[in-house]
Amino acid sequence: MVLGLSAKKEKIDATAGVSLAASAWKRLRRSPVFLTGAVIIGLFILVSLLAPWLAPHNPADPMLIDQVVKARNEIPPSQPGHPLGGDLQGRDFLSRVLVGSQQTLIVGVVATLFGLTGGLILGTLAGALGGWVDSLVMRVVDVMLSLPSLLLAFSIAAMFSRPSQFTVILAVSIVQIPVFARLLRGSMLAQRHSDHVLAATALGVKKGAIVFRHMLPNSLGPVIVQSTLVLATAIIEAAALSFLGLGNPDDRTPEWGQMLGDVQKVFDTHPHLAAWPAICIIIVALGFTLMGETLREALDPKNRR
Amino acid sequence: MALLEVRDLSVVFQRKGEEPFRAVDGVSFDVEPGQTVGLVGESGCGKSVTSLAIMGLLPKRGVTITGSVSYDGTDLLKLSDKEMRDRRGRDLGMVFQDPLSSLNPVVPIGLQVTEVLERHRGMARKEAMVEAKTLLDKVGIPDPNRRLKEYPHQLSGGMRQRALIAIALACRPKLLIADEPTTALDVTIQAQILTLMKELVHDLGTALVMITHDLGVVAGLCDEVNVLYGGKVVEKAMRHKLFAEPRHPYTHGLLASIPRLDAPRGEKLTPIKGSVADNIPWSQGCAFAPRCPNALDVCTRETPAEEAQLGRLLRCHNPVVPGTPAAEEVSV
Repeated sequence: MVLGLSAKKEKIDATAGVSLAASAWKRLRRSPVFLTGAVIIGLFILVSLLAPWLAPHNPADPMLIDQVVKARNEIPPSQPGHPLGGDLQGRDFLSRVLVGSQQTLIVGVVATLFGLTGGLILGTLAGALGGWVDSLVMRVVDVMLSLPSLLLAFSIAAMFSRPSQFTVILAVSIVQIPVFARLLRGSMLAQRHSDHVLAATALGVKKGAIVFRHMLPNSLGPVIVQSTLVLATAIIEAAALSFLGLGNPDDRTPEWGQMLGDVQKVFDTHPHLAAWPAICIIIVALGFTLMGETLREALDPKNRR
Repeated sequence: MALLEVRDLSVVFQRKGEEPFRAVDGVSFDVEPGQTVGLVGESGCGKSVTSLAIMGLLPKRGVTITGSVSYDGTDLLKLSDKEMRDRRGRDLGMVFQDPLSSLNPVVPIGLQVTEVLERHRGMARKEAMVEAKTLLDKVGIPDPNRRLKEYPHQLSGGMRQRALIAIALACRPKLLIADEPTTALDVTIQAQILTLMKELVHDLGTALVMITHDLGVVAGLCDEVNVLYGGKVVEKAMRHKLFAEPRHPYTHGLLASIPRLDAPRGEKLTPIKGSVADNIPWSQGCAFAPRCPNALDVCTRETPAEEAQLGRLLRCHNPVVPGTPAAEEVSV
């Protein structure tokens, strides 16, 4: 009897606390929107990781070219071994679309990470120190946010004399910094006046420990959710930069935005060359957005049941 | 010399374009080691601001603190930020009202206890963990090894408050300030926590400043009681004396407003009329006068002086005559 009671009590204790993450996951698992996003992103990551093996040909190698009468070299149509035909330079189009996912993934993830890091540093400075540091950082952020993000990214990318994949990443990530900085600063400010920070101060905990152990970890939630949404924006902006010719000029490495830009002049006759990379960009961006939005909803304590 | 001597402490909040607000107005009291002193009053009477001022936790901007808070001979109000940070948690401990929001939700209890030990007693993490276990044991948390690894939301309300007390007492401060430590707990747990605090104060010889609006807490715990109204101490006496013979009409009203179990069915409660919003400034007269059943003309004209009489301090023009029953009934 006594044993039974204590066992029961143990059980209640174990189930008593349902963490935010656990309850969020419970809801996400049943949300079709989240699952759609997750499947898209899962497939996208899988394809980009396995692209070298999935691609039937080397994306940099052209098909056989008539060296004698160069004018005869038209864009190769769909044919056995090359289901989507070739591109302007006669390279296997399917392989290029598949391998192109790698660039998109790298640029998206790295730019978001850079942006996140920059935003964390600025947001922590503003939120933890307050006063004039806060005002200064926030005014800079306001100025950056007042410019259309694509225009800002375009200007930053155009400053480099030799565009490369890295300049694209840099331009896109700088544009993302203010979004993160503002978000983090907001939740840091809320933490600053919270009871547990007051309690920690009352215990004589040092300022650094208060910021990094008590304020920062409690402020990260919204920033992490935002970063999934930013992934989608980063991918679109990187593609836009490449499309406008500010991307990597070396077209041996395929990139969706660049592929889209290259085929502008043959769009009337070969619309499929533009359609494939465009559809890929849209689907991947959509996947990240669906996942980010549902994640944000699920982690919002107001929606907690 | 007492361990803590608060002399003429005043806190004025000043906002741009607004009248300065005097939240605490010349409060003085002493606390001896092992003694429990209560600060009692309703919301907005300056209890919490007094405690925050002693701990140096009020914001710097827009706040003027005057008077002195001498702890073991040093004036805490004159210390630098850094010196004060070194003292908080080591010499002065504080327990807050809401145990859930006062604990960091993303850090396990164990780390929150060891944080103070590492900070003030220079312990290594491992050593501190052992000490943390003893501390949790001492405040009556069962299975401390398991609780150390858990997060605040996994603990019950009473256990969280016990954990907070353990954290506050981790470095054996000589002075503990408890700001309504039982308000967020249900009645049975309240009794347990009060008993625990009583025992700890007794065992460790800690001086305790108990801030509360609950006269039941005062009756169970405090040696000396300061009744605050509008930022001033209106009556100060030893516990028994205050409960047996409240002289200030406010104290009298507070005691009369406690519902009694032995009262006949259907008897109405006796609240104190009005609210703090009716107060007149102390510079003009007695702040309590507009709500006071004993108010005379002089009460709204002259500020009552603090008078010492037979082991009590009283600030009133027309104190309650001992033996007066509760004020007239008011229908609620």
